[in-house]
Order: sequence, then C-alpha cells, then structure tokens
Amino acid sequence: MRFSDEFETRFAEMLTHYPTRRSALVPTLLYAQDEVGRLSDEVIAELAQRLDLTELEVRNVISYYSMLTTKPRGKYTVQVCTNIACMLRGGEELLDHCKKKLGVGHKGTTADGLFSLEEVECIGACSWAPAVQVNYDFHENLTNAKLDEILDEYRKKGTQ
Amino acid sequence: MPDVNLTVDGKKITAPAGSLLIEACKSAGIEVPSFCYYPGLSLQGACRMCVVKIEKMPKLQTACTTTVTEGMIVATDSDEVRQARKAMVELLLGNHPLDCPVCDAGGECELQDMTFSYGASESKFIETKNHREEQQWSPVVYFDRPRCILCYRCVRVCGEGMDVWALGVQNRGVSSIIAPNISAPDQDAHLDCEECGMCIDICPVGALTSGAYRYKTRPWEMNHVGTICTHCGDGCKTTLGVRRCDTGAEIVRGDNRDKSGINGDFLCVKGRYAFDFVHHKDRLTEPLIRKNGKLTPAAWEEAFELIGTRFKEIRDHDGGSAIGVVGSNRTTNEENYLLSKFARSVLKTNNVDHHRTADYPALAAALQGKPGKTASMRDVLTAPAILLIGNDPTNQHPLLAWQIRTNVRLRRAKLYVINSAPIKLRRQATAFAMVPAGAEAKAVAFLAGDDSLLDSLVSDATNRDAWIALREKIRAEQNIVIAFGSELRGQDVAKLVSFAESLTGAKLICLGDYANSRGASEMGLYPDLLPGYEPIASAGKFQKEWGDLPVEKGLSLPEMVEAAKAGKLKALYVLGSNPVGRLGIDPFVLSKSFVVVQDMFLTETANIADVVLPAANAYEKTGTYTNTCGDLQLVKKAGEVSNTKPDFEMIVRIADAMGFDVSGLVPFGSGTHSDMGQSRGAQSGEADRHAVWLEAHNLEPKMTPFDPMAILDEIQRVVAGYDISRVNLLAGNDQHLEIAESGASAIQPPELIVPARDDLFSSGTLGRYSKTLNSVFENKSAVPEVAAD
Amino acid sequence: MASLVSHPDEVRVISKRFGQGATEIDRYLQLDGYQAVQKALGMGADAIIAEVKNSGLRGRGGAGFSTGMKWSFVPKQSAKPKYVLCNGDESEPGTCKDRLIFEHDPHSVIEGVMIAAIAVGSHTGYIYIRGEYRYLSVIMQKAIKDAYAKGFLGKNIFGSGYDLDIYWHGGAGAYEVGEESALMESLEGKRGIPRIRPPFPAVVGLWGGPTVINNAETLAAVPHIILGGADWYAKLGTPKNGGTRLFCLSGNLNKPGVYELPMGYNLKKMIYEVGGGISSGRSLKAVVPGGSSTPVLLPEEIDVAMDFDSVAKAGSMLGSGGVVVLDDTACIVKFALRTMKFYRHESCGWCIPCREGTDWLEKTLTRFHAGAGVKKDIDNIYYLSENMLGKTFCPLGDAAAMPTMAFVKKFRKEFEDHLDGKPCPFEKQGAAEPVLA
Ligand SMILES: Cc1cc2nc3c(=O)[nH]c(=O)nc-3n(C[C@H](O)[C@H](O)[C@H](O)COP(=O)(O)O)c2cc1C
Ligand code: SF4
Ligand code: FES
Repeated sequence: MRFSDEFETRFAEMLTHYPTRRSALVPTLLYAQDEVGRLSDEVIAELAQRLDLTELEVRNVISYYSMLTTKPRGKYTVQVCTNIACMLRGGEELLDHCKKKLGVGHKGTTADGLFSLEEVECIGACSWAPAVQVNYDFHENLTNAKLDEILDEYRKKGTQ
Repeated sequence: MPDVNLTVDGKKITAPAGSLLIEACKSAGIEVPSFCYYPGLSLQGACRMCVVKIEKMPKLQTACTTTVTEGMIVATDSDEVRQARKAMVELLLGNHPLDCPVCDAGGECELQDMTFSYGASESKFIETKNHREEQQWSPVVYFDRPRCILCYRCVRVCGEGMDVWALGVQNRGVSSIIAPNISAPDQDAHLDCEECGMCIDICPVGALTSGAYRYKTRPWEMNHVGTICTHCGDGCKTTLGVRRCDTGAEIVRGDNRDKSGINGDFLCVKGRYAFDFVHHKDRLTEPLIRKNGKLTPAAWEEAFELIGTRFKEIRDHDGGSAIGVVGSNRTTNEENYLLSKFARSVLKTNNVDHHRTADYPALAAALQGKPGKTASMRDVLTAPAILLIGNDPTNQHPLLAWQIRTNVRLRRAKLYVINSAPIKLRRQATAFAMVPAGAEAKAVAFLAGDDSLLDSLVSDATNRDAWIALREKIRAEQNIVIAFGSELRGQDVAKLVSFAESLTGAKLICLGDYANSRGASEMGLYPDLLPGYEPIASAGKFQKEWGDLPVEKGLSLPEMVEAAKAGKLKALYVLGSNPVGRLGIDPFVLSKSFVVVQDMFLTETANIADVVLPAANAYEKTGTYTNTCGDLQLVKKAGEVSNTKPDFEMIVRIADAMGFDVSGLVPFGSGTHSDMGQSRGAQSGEADRHAVWLEAHNLEPKMTPFDPMAILDEIQRVVAGYDISRVNLLAGNDQHLEIAESGASAIQPPELIVPARDDLFSSGTLGRYSKTLNSVFENKSAVPEVAAD
Repeated sequence: MASLVSHPDEVRVISKRFGQGATEIDRYLQLDGYQAVQKALGMGADAIIAEVKNSGLRGRGGAGFSTGMKWSFVPKQSAKPKYVLCNGDESEPGTCKDRLIFEHDPHSVIEGVMIAAIAVGSHTGYIYIRGEYRYLSVIMQKAIKDAYAKGFLGKNIFGSGYDLDIYWHGGAGAYEVGEESALMESLEGKRGIPRIRPPFPAVVGLWGGPTVINNAETLAAVPHIILGGADWYAKLGTPKNGGTRLFCLSGNLNKPGVYELPMGYNLKKMIYEVGGGISSGRSLKAVVPGGSSTPVLLPEEIDVAMDFDSVAKAGSMLGSGGVVVLDDTACIVKFALRTMKFYRHESCGWCIPCREGTDWLEKTLTRFHAGAGVKKDIDNIYYLSENMLGKTFCPLGDAAAMPTMAFVKKFRKEFEDHLDGKPCPFEKQGAAEPVLA
C-alpha cells in the first residue's frame, strides 16, 4: 500500500535509528494512523511485512496502546480529560457537556463523521485544568462556553 | 557448577548455583505453587503465586524468578505468604465464572486445587463478572476467556516451544486477552497453526479446551492408560482416557499428562487427536470371506479353517516359496517377530517383506560391532550439536523437531541442516545448507572430504565458502548427533557412518516413517534378513530356535508382485499393510492368488482379498514398539472394539488351523499363576499394576499362546540388541537398543525404500479414518510458517 | 502553549530559559547552552559521575533515586552498546512539568542526555516522549536536527573524538510505559510489559545493552550542575535532596501552575502562598503531594518540607512533583474512584494482583459511590489494596494500592457517609465550577 512521501521519508529515517527494525513500530503506527485515519487490516499487513513481524504481533502492540485504534473515528477526536486534577475543576461537567452537544457518548462518532468523543486519562495539563485535546491540539483552562467556541471553530474548519 | 547452601522452611538444602529457587525447593520436596512458571519456558513472574519470604528482603519475592544464593533463608509457608497466595486466588476468582460443574478441566484444574489449598472459600466480592462469549479457534481448539487466568503458558509453548507463534496477548489491564493469529470480527478469529494442542494441555484451567474431547466425560470417569502413539516413528508416550462403551472400551481423549516419556511435554496433532480412527464406523468387526465374488461376513472359525486349509495346501503342493507375506510397520515387535517366525517355520517361505521407509539394515551393517554409535530420542535433547541431513522433522518427525528446538533454545545446541527445501527447522539452525534435490549423498561425501563434489553443491542459497565453513564447523563438533532421512540409503549410509566415525563421539539416527518401522526391520520382515538383521544364509541361531527354515533368499515385495503376475505366487498374507493403496500395486495382478488380509478397514488391499480378518490396532493390544532411534517402549491396551483380534492371536490361530503345534511358535505355559490373561485386563489400571507386580516377582503369567509377553522372552534371548530390562519396560521406561550387536546384514537395494510422505496432518490409512485429523486438515489451506520474532 | 506562572520564592534553574525562546538553538547558545557538555567532555566520566553524586540530584521521575549512583552502576566495559534513555512519558496524574521543559528548553534535555552518555560511555541516546505530546516531539525533533547541523551531535562532537547520536522516540498512549523497563519494551516496539529484575537496566537494558534511564527533568538539571558545580546545586535544596524541582500545583487552588521551588520548600506555604490558597475561599480538605500514586495528606499533615525524605517521614511520597489540592467540596470516595479508574485503565494486565485488583476496586468503588455500598465493602477495599501492595510485578500495583489505603484510613467516616443507600453527600452541592487562572 502507499503512504505519503512524508511518511516514507520519516519511516526510512526512523529505521536507521535502531538496531532492530521492530523498534520503529510504535511511533510508525501512530503516524500511519494519522495518515489513514485508523489502523486498517491493510496498514497492519503492510507494516508487519516491513518490520519483519507477524500481523498478530502488530495487533498485540496496537491493542496495548490507547491512542492506537483499528476502528474508524471522526475527523476530530475530542479527548476530554476527567482525571483527578481536571475532575476537581470540572472535567466531568465538560465531558457531559460534550456528550450533549455532540450527541454521542464515550468513543462515539457523530453521524457526519466530524467528531469523535473520548474520555481520556491525564494528558499532562493538570496545572491548566480542565483540559481537552482535539487530535493533537491542547485546549486548557476551559469552561463549557469556551469549549463551545472551540468546537465551533473545528466544525467550521472541518466542513469547509 | 558448585552447589549453594540455603535454608528453606528450616530445612538445610543445597542446589546447583544458578538454579531457580522454585526448582531448588521442588528438588528438596517443598512445593511452591505457581501458575505462570513452567519449566523450560521463559520466566514471567506474572501470577505471583510463588511468592516466598526471603530474609533481608523487604517484600515477598517470587521464587520463580529468584536464583538461589549462598546462605539464603527462605520461608515458603508463613502466614504472610499464605495470605498473599490466598488473596491472589480470591482475586482470580473474582472474575472467574466458577462454572466448574460444566468445565472440562473440573477435577484436573490447577485453580481448583489452589483454591482448595489456600482456602479462598468466602466470597468477598459482589460485583458482576466480566464476560465474553466462548470462541472456537479451530476444529480442535476452543477458548473460554472468562476462565483464563492469563498465565501465558499457551502463548509461550506455542511460540517458544513449537516455534509457531500463533497466540498472542491483546489489550491490556483487565481486558487483556489471549488472541489467535488470524484476526476477524467478533467470533470469527481463529488459529492458523500446527494444531498440536499443546496450548490445551498446558492450560492450567479450562480456558483452552479440546474440540475432540469437550463435554464428553468427566476426568474421573475415565481410566488413564499410558501407551505409545501409533502414528509416526518417534514413539511419543501418550495417555489415553478410556471409558466403557457398548462395543468394548472407547478412547475419549489423548493427552500428555505423563511427562516421563521421551517426549516430555510434547505431543503433536496426531498423537493428541488422531486416535479416533479406532471408533470409525467403517471399522471391520467381522471376518469376511469372498463368496461368489463378494466379501461376505463369516464366523471366525470358518475363516481360520479356510485360511489354514488353503495355506497348508499351497505350501504342501507348491512349496512355501509360492506364498508371500507382507508385514506391518504398525504392529508390535512381538507380532512382527511372530510373523517372521511363522512365515519361515510354518509357511516355509522367505518371501517376507514390508513397506520400507528407511535403510535401517544399511545402518546396522555399517555399525556392526561398533557399540554406542546410535543416539536415542533423549540424546537429541542434550546433544551439544545436531546435524540433520534430509527429512523435514517438523512434518515427519514432530517429536524430533521438538527435541531439536528445545535443545537449541535451552542449551544452545548448534544445529546444522542440509536439505533440499527451506524446511522450518532452518530457523533454529546455526547453518543451513541448501542442496539440489537428491544431492544429499553428495553433501555427505563432501563432508567426508571429497572436494570434487563441491561444485555440484554450490548454489545461490549456499555458496562455496558457506559449504567449506559448514564442513569446518561440523568437523570441530564433539558428540554431535547426526539424523538422516531416507534420502540416504545403502552405500551412502555407510559413507555417512564412516564420516561420523571420523568425528569425536558422533551418534546417528536413521529416520523412518511409521510407528514401528524400525521394529518391523529389526524383527526380520525381509526376504533375506532374520530378526536382528541376521542374514538368512547364516540362520544357524534361528534354526536352533525355530526348527527347519528355508535358506534361500526370498522375494521382495516388488518381486512377489512379479511372481503373482507370472502366476507363481499362489497365496499372499498381508498384515496391517496396504501395499495396493500405498505402493501403487495393480490389484488385478493379485487376482489369481489367495489373498488374506488382516486389517482394521477395508483398504484397497483388503478389498481384493479372499479373506479379511478384522484386526485390533496398537491402542488395543499390548506389546513393544521400537522407535526410529531404537528406543524400545511398552504399548499397552487401552481401547477395545469387540469382535476384533490382535494380529498376534490371528497368526497363532492360523498356525493352529494349519495343524501346527503352536507351542513351537509361542513358548507359553511358563509361570506359576494361571489366570489365563484375566489380569492383563484392558481397561483396568488395577490389572496393569497387578501385572507389573507379577513381573517384578518373576511371576509373569504366560499361560496362553496369545500372550505376546510369552514371545518377548524369546525375542530378548534371540534378537541381537533386545536383551532389555523387563522391569524397566513394564514400568513404562524407554530403553535404547544397540543396533551394533546385530548381525552383518545384507545390503538392500536402495530403490525398495519408498518414503511414506506423511506430514503432520496425514498418517496413511489411520489418518484417512481419523475424522479429527481430516477436519483439521480441511480447515487449513497450508501449514503456515510464521515468522519468529 | 501551556501558560507560565511565577512566584518570588521560585529559584529558577530548570525553568531559567522558559519563555526565552530557547527552542532556537542560537538563542540556547546565547543562554549558556552547550557549555556544560563541552566542560563535561574535558572532565571525563568519573569526574562527571562524582559531580552529579555530590550534587544530591535525585530522580525526578518519582522514586528519587540518586542519579549519580545510578550512573555508577553501568559497567565500564560492555560487549553490547550502552544507551541513555530519557523518560519523557510523563503520565502520572497531577504531573505536567516535563511538558514545559520540552516546550521551552528542549536543548537542555539533549545536553543532559549527552552528559549522561559521556559519563557512562554510551554513544547513543533516546528521548522518549509520550504520544499525546505530538507538538513537543516536533519541537524536539527540530532541536535534535539543529544540534546535528551544528556538529554538536554525530561524529566527533566538539572535536573531542567522541561520537554521539541522539534520537527521538514516541509513545502512543500508555502510562505503564513510563515504568523504566516497560519503557524499554515500548522502545523496542513491543507491548509495554515490564521486565523481570534483576538484571537491572544499568546492566541489561535496551537490546541487552547497559542502559541509563532518567526522567527528562533529572537530565535537564544535569547541565546546570556541571556548569554551576555540585556544591552550588546541593545547597539549593536540603541535605541529600539537592537542587530545585518543578512542582505542578493543580486542583482547587487560586493560582495553579508549574513553579520551580527549592527542594524542601514547605508544602503549606506552597499551597497558601505560591498556589494562592484554596479557590473560591473554601477550605482545604486534602493534598495529594506527589502525583496520584502518593498517599493523601490531611490539612494537619501539610506542614512538611517537600523533599523525598521529609515527605516519606510524613507517610507519603514526594513522587513526581504533582501537588493536587482538594477543597472541602470534593468527595473523597469519588476521588478514590477516579484514581482507581485510572489505574484500572492503565494496568498493563501482566500480573494477577494489579490486573484483577484494580478492576475489583474500581467496580466496588463505583457501586459504593453510587450509594449501593455495604459496610463490609469498606474493609474489603482496604483488604484488597493491602493485598496488592508489594505483591505486584511492578510498582503500578503499589501506586494503585497506596493512595487507596490512605483514603480509607484517613477518610473512613466519609466512606461510611455513603452507606445505606445514602446519596453522595457532595453530589448535591455540585462539584466546584471550573475556575479560571
Ligand atoms: C507505573 C510507573 C509509571 C512511571 N511513569 C514515569 C514517567 O512517566 N516518567 C518518568 O520519568 N518516570 C516514570 N516512572 C519512573 C521510572 O520507572 C523511572 O524510575 C524513572 O524514569 C527514572 O528516572 P529518574 O531516576 O530520573 O527519576 C514510572 C514508574 C512507574 C512504576
Ligand atoms: S503491577 Fe502488574 S499488571 Fe500492573 S502494571 Fe505492573 S506488571 Fe502490569
Ligand atoms: S510462578 Fe512465579 S509469578 Fe507465577
């Protein structure tokens, strides 16, 4: 299968960093997922072959890491932290708000395929809680209203 | 290594330096419980059942990962330790379905035992249990996640032990789950593997269960009979679970609970499941006589009468040389010996042969008078180096392959492989040399120093330097075990033997295909060889035992066929062999001969017979088998299908019907105790123990001419190399036989060897009638080769 | 991106270059960058290790092990290559400090790795950054590239004849991977299952070679120690607890944020002065002093010096520097439940006590908090935690057990208040509204 040139350059370089091919697996999976949207059977077969692994081994690894997924997700994954620091400052309320606003639950995806919602563990924003990550972007010190604005921005961006 | 002194539970013990505490305790008789620890597999430290208190260590330590040190003081059973283990069991039971009443493992479950031992009797939890539906991963493997305790034994035995790597662990935390290698949505995930079932055997609970056995019976309702597998030439010990049924005794399970055998933990798909041919509906249970061109059921007496009369007529009229005898690779040594004797002394013919799959006589000839040059199956596990020439043990000698892999993994043995195909064992090989098909003999000559052959061996896969380096390495090895397949025959075997002699301590293994091919060979199922590879020409010893024998060389199987074609072979007596089906003999050729076949099924050969006698198989009789390495083992009666007879009895009955005094055939009547065979009861473990006791006291009853043990005395006395310890045999121990003691055998024409080409999922006629084997075979496209890590 | 705060009591060592544009290598050089490593090259391995030992630097990853000591365990001679591995998996709830270092001063981490490598005779370093910190890995990759471009990395660094490569590596979401041996597994492309010890990583680590693993903050401190000297650094802190550390103040505070304070700074002061006191004028209920794994402290227990030894004496742990403050509206049962939910989610599942224990504790606490608790649950929760403690394969099990035991022990009454079908006494009042910093 074909990945972007950027992926290929990164992949080729990454292989030179380690004494074993398999070592490149975890970051490569994440980049592949970013590109394809999910770790499809095809991606798994391809990477297994490239890294001299069995598909089973690749699946074992994928299923271990919480950011990796074989299931399709929306364009934007809204990851709401409800861990202790965020919880103390309203993380759970933010999550409830998102559920209502997007009309989906934990790990759900909106019908238009724009948003997925996920309750996540601590994302390293404790001192700026409550925090949400949309894909890789951090949004911190949030209120429901601020989050609404942010989601609207993404919606605008995503439907353009 | 020097020994280390330590104190365990107040007891002073010593253990070799470097040993694991759990093993040191075990040797001293102190059992430390464990789930995840399994000898020979990689350490996990996962189940935490083996925690012990070690003085000066703040926390409890896992005995499975701790190596002993001098002066260590250990408590394995303190209150603190017991409490920790109790908690571990409580936690396991939290999500466990506790469906013991319907679980296959009930009664032989390590979790049950552990719960009992540590008294986790009160339930602390009221939460709902995590549930998952059961999955079928192959025709023979079922997985029940809620019962799984995640000890990872299955994953390791499949990967490390079998080199198949078909099982993995997925997800994490409490969602962790054992997963098969073929992923599919929902319930459709499944296995693509060698179907050995080792994962089922090794599972301490009922999470992995056998499709062939599940829900059939409870463990305590079976008798467990330890015997030898009847499929390939490796001779794995197996335990058959047997239950009474309408037609005798039914074998419901094959497993490997007795780990004392040469196979240790191992059993392959055939050993584990392919006993079911025994109860196939096509099994013959009545003698058949051809009447008006049709095979028609008849009474035993009638059949024996007919055979006896006809054989006698032909012998007396046309001479013994008008009769041919084809023996079996799956009958016992006693039967083969008896057949050899019967042919020569009763039928007066040397036209005796069998389906040859390896050139044992060539090995015997080359090794004559040179003891200590053959390796046992156990040697393969400990040899510092192994050279494998030809053959594909993964498929044809699964136990040998297991021994090799285990040795390479645990003892870092060097493996050198010379083969015309990239066989799977190359993955364990220090060096793998590819030869053009049929050039194995050239490779041997090259190893022995013939450089002129180098050019013909060189290929892209293995270049000049690689060959030279390989030879250097092999020459430097000491105590190497050399296993060779049927690719090497006749003079090539002699060449290999002389090369082996140039090495220090080298030992050989000749690889033949069926369960008792070696036995058939050693019991003299040859036209020119008597038992112990004694040439017919020097039959003196046997004349003394057997009386008058014909002394001219007889006909080989192809020659018998020619004779039949020429109308000179008037009778053919075939036991447990299917030359028409296996060797492609035109059945029409035999139409003029009087053909008698003893078999379990109406094979292609039986189909053209004049008389067919329903035979019992090796799971239904007692005797001995010699595996391809020359390890002698006891075969014990487990199952029974009524109205079939062991070949042994049938031979005796035919001799009797010919008017021969059977006491000249079977030396029975000795012993002091006359229970007429009752004590050797089939299904009763009690009876077997009784027999062991009798033997140990030299009271072995041999009161009937149908008792194969009676003729074992004679084999021990007469057949070179077979003078074994009887008590050891009856105790179920394997004994390696010395081929070197045999006579100077005649060289056999190499073309008479026809490899069986059975693989993991086939086993000649037996395989064809094994439903499980067939279902497993149909379930897969090809035997997978899974890349190792 | 994460906003910066300041307080007069701060002693800025690690955070010296925060907000100064030091991600640019030239700016970093202006701010004394790459001076320390050159000095280190001149010092030689033994002198570096001695200096770091004497500085009293202890691991900022949580366990507080002496860094110099750790380096000294690496064998001088090794048939296999040696490695330095920077742990930037930062996932302990309450902790968000490595993030700031990577964001504002990535070269200091690179320089720290370089010095560690020189000290142990390694020629390869890896900087592992958790997958969620994608923007930081972009910053780090650029920083590494720039260092190569300047010839600071690669062959013959600074003309010393010493070859040194440093690579970035990324995770993909797993707290357990922060545990050092699981980190190595992850870097080798495997599931993050910890390894059996011994052998310890210093002897058998990455791909079988001796490996030093340090937290990002620990390594970022090293160049400062080399430049400023062990004495200077040691004196910043308390005996055996050298230097400063980044404290991540979070929870119900008026001024949460990451502050760099000397080791041994008083916790009470940290909360009331540095952190601006409890938000919305409420009163303090409890403090988790060192990340979610550390046992909770009661208000009467917080007059404690924040160094490893003092906090241990107070019955908790300094941990990873995450100070989480709970006001009197917080429900301890709920807090315990959320903590356990985290550990259940993050347990690697390898060993029985952690895998099953966290699951059952979460289930029990969920039911209990929902009002369906029975009296024996309270003892069961304690019993379960107690039986996990010290019996798991790696410290994650302890991390789940320790705080839970403290919650039950110190707030038993609050657990009892949830009994007999009573609704959570805190639910009505509603949790605190989000407070803006
Ligand atoms: C479950 C668990 C998670 C951990 N997570 C981290 C982490 O995210 N970052 C970190 O630096 N250390 C973490 N540690 C500590 C590391 O195992 C290790 O002690 C540390 O990286 C050593 O560096 P230091 O000596 O500089 O502290 C964790 C430990 C455990 C048991
Ligand atoms: S304590 Fe056990 S299950 Fe938990 S993370 Fe460590 S090894 Fe994994
Ligand atoms: S046997 Fe030691 S941890 Fe499982």
